Amino acid sequence: MPDLGQAVADAGADSYPRIVAALIRITGDWTLAEDCAQEALTMALERWPQDGVPANPGGWLMTVARNRALDVLRRATVERRKLQELALLNEPVTREDEEGEEVVDDRLRLIFTCCHPALALEARVALTLRTVAGVPAADIASAFLVTESTMTRRLTRAKAKIATAGIPYRVPVGPALAERLPGVLAVLYLLFTRGYDADGEPAFAAEAIRLTRLLAELMPGEPEITGLLALCLLQHSRRAARRDDDGNLRTLDQQDRSLWDHAAIAEALALLPATTGPYALQARIAACHTTTPTDWPAVAVLYDQLFSLLPTPVVALNRAVAHGYAYEPAAGLRLLAEAGAGGALDGYPYAIAAEADLTARAGDTGRAVTLFEQAAAAAPAGPVRRALLTRAEELSRNEEP
Amino acid sequence: MKFMMFVCTDTEPETDESLVPDIETWVAENDAAGRRVEGSVLGSPAAATTVRVRGGDLLVSDGPFAETKEVIVGFDILECADLDEAVEVARKHPMAYNGRLELRPFVDLAD
Repeated sequence: MPDLGQAVADAGADSYPRIVAALIRITGDWTLAEDCAQEALTMALERWPQDGVPANPGGWLMTVARNRALDVLRRATVERRKLQELALLNEPVTREDEEGEEVVDDRLRLIFTCCHPALALEARVALTLRTVAGVPAADIASAFLVTESTMTRRLTRAKAKIATAGIPYRVPVGPALAERLPGVLAVLYLLFTRGYDADGEPAFAAEAIRLTRLLAELMPGEPEITGLLALCLLQHSRRAARRDDDGNLRTLDQQDRSLWDHAAIAEALALLPATTGPYALQARIAACHTTTPTDWPAVAVLYDQLFSLLPTPVVALNRAVAHGYAYEPAAGLRLLAEAGAGGALDGYPYAIAAEADLTARAGDTGRAVTLFEQAAAAAPAGPVRRALLTRAEELSRNEEP
Repeated sequence: MKFMMFVCTDTEPETDESLVPDIETWVAENDAAGRRVEGSVLGSPAAATTVRVRGGDLLVSDGPFAETKEVIVGFDILECADLDEAVEVARKHPMAYNGRLELRPFVDLAD
């Protein structure tokens, strides 16, 4: 017999957002929708071992969740609005769209609503994880280092704001779609990069990839979505190689490439858009790092393009490093000095480490050792600091004749 | 749903005046579409009067004078389907450029 827990998990991962999204559309009640979806999954864990996995697991879960919502609403039939919802719930969940607009997948409405700019950014991230990906509030809380009650309050406030502020449950159309999509992608990328588990690894990278894949499926032909998906796949492909057995960070050139997830890399490379949006460019840069030796001149050109779109201090820093490797360390150091001119990179350990690395390659070992030590002092205690101190020690050992 | 749109000044207005739309056009368009229920420019904070009743006594005073540099200089009541429509209406208002607009939904106590 196949692993039933896995069968429920697989069906749940696919069905959860569909169920929640459909029940929210019908009832407008976010909490009811989440509770009913969760109860359907719990019931599957009870029933499937006895009755076997149904032929259409997703349909089974949807029916159970909808009936559960009907039960809850039947008990509260005093209000007229609730009665209307009951009537809607009795209809099949497959949908005809009102006002003759294009039929839109409910899950896409859910994603755009969770990522509405009228919600605070952290609320958007939490709501997307909870409602679209079905991550329990307790898990989101521990990854973002807040208490469960704080996270639950944040989620409750966000849902209340959706109702009171008049945030529509809709995918924007026309020019508004182009304006809102980058905000949705920013939330998904934040989901990917922020939030860490107990081992200091990204906690929701897999969820972020799954949601980005879903978005790519629902909105085909958007190069920035495929760019983000490729970027996340490439970064995530190196997860097993990022640390040594003692938990110390390994830089790209120190990693055992056989530990990379080559299937993910192949998928990402096949997706790679040729466009020049910010995510497409970042994905193309990440792709350059999958080959040995790295095509640094290509990376430098891509960073030039990215910097013209996103002139942030961190992009400027990475651009300086790329130029330092593509041409000569002095070129990198010049750009690094420009990047830090406004003081935006002061005390930033990665900026000091970049200067240390370029200085070492320019041949000034003594100054490089001092800089690596400064970078280590600026870094938080842990694997990053240890890696920087190791670089300083190795350099000073090599310097002694 | 109804929104109160507070029209406020801002310390960092749009610097390119040529981008700022015309208020007459905005009012005419939204009045014709039935999206603007009411609206007016308001007197400056110097013209404001505060009224309180405490312990049964009427207290009338000058002000208030907010510490902030951003002040409410007008309002419009909008009738829109949802927040996204209200945002579309607000973005075409000249004070979205020269100041800032704050959208607050009316609360329906019967709900």
